[in-house]
Amino acid sequence: MENDSIIKIEKLIKRFPVGKTEFTALNGISASFGRGEFAGLAGPSGSGKTTLLNIIGSLDSPSEGDVDVLGNSVSSLTHKQSAKLRNRHIGFIFQTYNLLPVYTVFENVEFALLLQKLSRSERKKAVMDALEWVGLTDKVKSRPSMLSGGECQRVAIARAMVKRPDIVLADEPTANLDSKNSHHIIQTMKNLSRELKTTFIFATHDEKVMQYLDRIISLEDGKIVKDDVKTDSKPQDHVSI
Amino acid sequence: MIKFLIKGILRDRSRSLLPVLVVATGVFLTVFMSAFLKGIFNDITDINARFTTGHVKILTRAYAENKDQVPNDLALMDVGKLLTRLQADYPYMEWVERIHTGGLIDVPDSLGETRGQGQAIGTAVDLLSPGTIEPDRMNIKKSNVKGSMPAKHGEALISDDFAERFNVSAGDNVTLFGATMNGSMMFKTFTVSGTLKFGNTILDRGAIFMDIRDARQALDMDDAASEVLGYFKDGIYDDIKAQQLQASFVSKYTVEGDDFSPQMFRLAEQDGLGDYLKLAESAGSVMAFIFVIAMSIVLWNTGLLGGLRRYSEFGIRLALGEEKKHIYKTTIYEAIVIGVIGSGIGTGVGLGAAFYMQRYGLDISGITNNIGMMLPSVYRAEVTPALFYIGFFPGLIATVLGSALAGFAIYKRKTAQLFHELEV
Ligand SMILES: Nc1ncnc2c1ncn2[C@@H]1O[C@H](COP(=O)(O)OP(=O)(O)OP(=O)(O)O)[C@@H](O)[C@H]1O
Ligand SMILES: [Mg+2]
Repeated sequence: MENDSIIKIEKLIKRFPVGKTEFTALNGISASFGRGEFAGLAGPSGSGKTTLLNIIGSLDSPSEGDVDVLGNSVSSLTHKQSAKLRNRHIGFIFQTYNLLPVYTVFENVEFALLLQKLSRSERKKAVMDALEWVGLTDKVKSRPSMLSGGECQRVAIARAMVKRPDIVLADEPTANLDSKNSHHIIQTMKNLSRELKTTFIFATHDEKVMQYLDRIISLEDGKIVKDDVKTDSKPQDHVSI
Repeated sequence: MIKFLIKGILRDRSRSLLPVLVVATGVFLTVFMSAFLKGIFNDITDINARFTTGHVKILTRAYAENKDQVPNDLALMDVGKLLTRLQADYPYMEWVERIHTGGLIDVPDSLGETRGQGQAIGTAVDLLSPGTIEPDRMNIKKSNVKGSMPAKHGEALISDDFAERFNVSAGDNVTLFGATMNGSMMFKTFTVSGTLKFGNTILDRGAIFMDIRDARQALDMDDAASEVLGYFKDGIYDDIKAQQLQASFVSKYTVEGDDFSPQMFRLAEQDGLGDYLKLAESAGSVMAFIFVIAMSIVLWNTGLLGGLRRYSEFGIRLALGEEKKHIYKTTIYEAIVIGVIGSGIGTGVGLGAAFYMQRYGLDISGITNNIGMMLPSVYRAEVTPALFYIGFFPGLIATVLGSALAGFAIYKRKTAQLFHELEV
């Protein structure tokens, strides 16, 4: 796994200025993630899960140490380079779905492709594929306001996946969903991860999410306290994509 | 991408409607007001041209220097010849002669004793020759409120106010006292054919309008005139043409150092009308400038509000890997579209309103009654080609400027906060 890892984190420290002093949110994190891994960050509130996702997603930069994403050292990326990295290779899924209300389901997913030079028909195909993965082909013309929470999050997944990224970062994706929807969504993501070889990293408190994860990294006060790789993750084949 | 964003803007009424309305209103006001101001200035210039200044005016230098005293001893001589020559040299102009005189109007009783007396401004123009347009030009026919226009020599029109004050009615006689061209005492009795009301205090207080031949005879001004006025036959004052005319006139007619040789004055050189004309020209741009500033500020703020509304949209776009510069650029493009729509609507509505006001005008004769200036009683807008861009481009610029200022907020956005911001 070390050799084909696409994310390498070494002795990562992240400090935030708080007033005149500094607060250390991540304190010496080292870990790596391979292609197609289905992993999660667990831990109490304030332990640094979101901060770590931010840095992996090149939305923020390390204070010390090194984070390498697909051969790019995150700390040395310019705004332009990190934007390009996100645009091509990283998908994001948020707790609140953050769909754009003025656009239809189709357009919300299409949005993620607009920066890439694709023809109209290529775009359309990619969007329809992504909507098929999440089972929403019958809602292409709907606006987010007409959808249920679960459906919204499925649109968000389609938006993250439509460009077939190498990595998807999902911060508490099930926090606003009921149990049935949570299972459905996480299963969908797991299948996609398998099929498209996409690395998923979650930040979550949710036990329902954890039972699907192949690997759970537990954080506490900015440190990794446990890094569990499961071999027998529960197959949930009854939920199809 | 931009097509996509425009679609979003147009769907989100609250995002598009307000800026479009602001721009459209500002542009409308700019277009309409500048048309209206232009019209007003033109009307004012026009009425002054008709009454006093002509498009060009010819006087002796000595007369010009003492104009306030109405010094007919310094009047133009040999006017018949002068007019013939002018008509030959400048056939695109119409030339008319006028005589002004000051004096007293004496109203006699049945025994010929003085019943009342008042100061009067006497104006003598061609009232009687067939086909004369001077009564129309000076609006005399329309201002004739009682009695009728003079039909023969010895008849005159007096101000209606004056007539009321001294109880004079059509058919009565009044005597004008004054001085002849040579300085001797002059009096001439006129039969009042009717009265005039111009809606202008100075003229309405005490004026007497007579035919120029009667004045010539009374004032001993044979073949003389206080002034000769020239009008462009198309009726429109053009200062550049007037300057060319003036230059030509000076070289042909004016004798350097001779106080009695004729001098030509352009409309723009008289009674501060030049400033008016300049004002009329700059009014549009001043107006546009003010609106650009005001609209920019309003649009800046609507842009900021819009930015707040689109906070999460920008956040998602940043997360999706769009560069800040690109987001900024697209907001500018959006502003251009909004600006074009708003400015287009504003220009359209403004032009429509201006056309309406050009055609029908605004009758304010009721208000202007007591104003001393020569003012027109119906205000009309004037539609010029400039109206097509005078509001449009400022509107566009204001929208873009407003968005450009508001858009700087995008650069302040820290991607590091996105997850936290988008969680709520
Ligand atoms: N920009 C910042 N400035 C200062 N402190 C910050 C900043 N961002 C995060 N922190 C702090 O860093 C710590 C870790 O925050 P983080 O959001 O990563 O926690 P988390 O594990 O995601 O918690 P939760 O489960 O509640 O989402 C917290 O104590 C938080 O207050
Ligand atoms: Mg968090």
